[in-house]
Amino acid sequence: MTGLTQQLIDLFAALLLLLAFAMLAQRRILSLIHLYTLQGAVLVAAAAVMGYATRQPHLYVSAGVTLALKVFLIPSLLHRVINRLNVRWDLEMLINVPTTLIAGIVLVIFAFYLAAPIAGLAASIARGTLGIALACILLSFMMMITRSKAVPQVIGFLAMENGLFFAATAATYGMPMVVELGIALDVLVGILILGVFMFQIREQFDSLDIRHLEKLKDD
Amino acid sequence: MSTLFFLLGLPLAGTVALALNGHRRFAPELNIAFSSGTFLAAAALTARVVAAGPLYAMEREFHIDALNVFLVALTAFVALTTAIFSRPYMRVKLEHGRMTPKRLRLYHSMYQLFSFTMLLALTTNNMGFLWVAMEAATLATVLLVSVYRTAASLEAAWKYFILCGVGIAQALFGTVLLYMAAERAGAGADGALLWTHLDAIKTSLDPRIMALAFAFLFVGYGTKVGLVPVHNWLPDAHAEGPTPVSAVLSGLLLNVALYAVLRCKVLTDGALGPGLAGQMMMAFGLLSVVVAAFFLSRQRDVKRMFAYSSIEHMGLATFAFGVGGPIATFAGLLHMTVHSLIKSALFFAVGHAAQHAGTQVMSEIRGLVRVNPTVGWGMMLGALAILGMPPFGVFASEFLILTTTMREQPWATPFLLVALGVAFAAVFKRVQPMVFGETELKPLPHPPALIPVFLHLGLGLMLGLYIPPYLEGWYREAARMVAG
Repeated sequence: MTGLTQQLIDLFAALLLLLAFAMLAQRRILSLIHLYTLQGAVLVAAAAVMGYATRQPHLYVSAGVTLALKVFLIPSLLHRVINRLNVRWDLEMLINVPTTLIAGIVLVIFAFYLAAPIAGLAASIARGTLGIALACILLSFMMMITRSKAVPQVIGFLAMENGLFFAATAATYGMPMVVELGIALDVLVGILILGVFMFQIREQFDSLDIRHLEKLKDD
Repeated sequence: MSTLFFLLGLPLAGTVALALNGHRRFAPELNIAFSSGTFLAAAALTARVVAAGPLYAMEREFHIDALNVFLVALTAFVALTTAIFSRPYMRVKLEHGRMTPKRLRLYHSMYQLFSFTMLLALTTNNMGFLWVAMEAATLATVLLVSVYRTAASLEAAWKYFILCGVGIAQALFGTVLLYMAAERAGAGADGALLWTHLDAIKTSLDPRIMALAFAFLFVGYGTKVGLVPVHNWLPDAHAEGPTPVSAVLSGLLLNVALYAVLRCKVLTDGALGPGLAGQMMMAFGLLSVVVAAFFLSRQRDVKRMFAYSSIEHMGLATFAFGVGGPIATFAGLLHMTVHSLIKSALFFAVGHAAQHAGTQVMSEIRGLVRVNPTVGWGMMLGALAILGMPPFGVFASEFLILTTTMREQPWATPFLLVALGVAFAAVFKRVQPMVFGETELKPLPHPPALIPVFLHLGLGLMLGLYIPPYLEGWYREAARMVAG
């Protein structure tokens, strides 16, 4: 039984890492949102399996909150934003895809190097996946750096939050419930504000290219 | 317990009340009323802590001790004076068309929400809630910075959101690691994130986990302190947002972020022994002081210049805490207090000056003493105070920091002295012609609120000459907690 759950959790962790790489390479905004939704679904599955294996009911609750928020609510908000703004393509990347992916691999190795000494110390059955969680965080961070449009940057931000959520589940079976709810609320409000911002940026600059947002420099 | 309820409940009620009424004529007065109520609650709470020592509330979820009580009082005080300052300031902006009634509603409501999140971050005992409150503060201030909806303010707010969002995400990872260390040290799930509980078991926290946790927490909260090299959001957000927002960003938000770093430092020092945390804080603090001092001299926008001065001073305080020991920590706490008071006073004066001139470009602001002597003198005295001239409080704290540095970390002294000298020359050269010199500026339609400026400067002066015994007692007690 534990062998199977262990393998399932490892499988989900591997899927998360794969999805993080897929997002790094993806040019289309619509596909990015699909990948983000998928990542949320994998997170829900991982939390639910861990809840089942450890008999911790609060993991089911946090899986439920994640399902509502990251699989349904946020993706639908993102879909509405791109429909209203009519931006479906994201052709430009600041660095080309192969270079980005190679840099991504280096980041993954770095993440494993950082996490290796402490991963064994966690009490959780998913301790081996802490390195993957850190890798997902760093990859999303890189995605934010390499994109020049507002929407992919926001998705990168959200993917980073997914990585953090997985880190919390892997290291400690999730944070205390109230804290987790607080974090979920912050993320939700944050995405609403960013959504409003995108409309305002578009109104000001007639474009969602954040390279317009480089006027403020020290001279 | 009940005072704490009012302290947190009033700004929250104010958020709702002003979300409904923030566009009406009496909204600024309502904003002041809620802020005064919060300040009274903070004063009552302070009196209780002074009389009865540290207190807990709500099953230890809230905790007031010597370290946070003076910051609670300071936060509530600066929030009140800034609300008073913002009344005439926003009236002028409304007449210029920069603000509309709808934006004014957002502004007032978010102002109260911002005070709530600051006070929540300070009073909570739960490291998880500390993170939630800091993130909520980012969200509230992002809306405040972008309230004019100009291209530049949108850019500043976007940069602020993304940079601080990424930064604070690192702090969340650090918090996860902290929780992991606590679980391993045998803390139950309920108490594992409570700071007082962590403090009690800090020597048994795993040093390997805590070292990594502190690195993430320091980068995360350090972004909000405005430490170099993750400071880029700070000058933009200060320069492009409304001036009352610049005042509370510099006066409150940076302090609260540094407070979060201090709480983490205490735990890390307990687990690892002094060393890692202090060295990181010294290195990044010193880097911030030096880099900010050189950037100061290149600024043309008055609010940008004082924003860089905030980076410099927060760097100095961080450095002082990094040096450690009771005297340097005492000086760091004093520096946080006087910087917060004097920098917000300066922003009040700068706000009125920029409204007189219709611009924030320093070369176009001239001869303030002629058109409005109080604003002019307020700015001059504020600038002298922030540059560390005696007898103001900044002189006392900088003097303490420097003398301790010479004794404990002599290598850093020349860097600090050069940076302070460069900053002095840069700021003084700019402020002098703004205050004196020929002018064609026009008076303002609404008389500026100058009581806050001189109240803050007066307090800054008092702290330089004489620290009341109970205040000194707090500082000593807080320094003992932080320095171990």
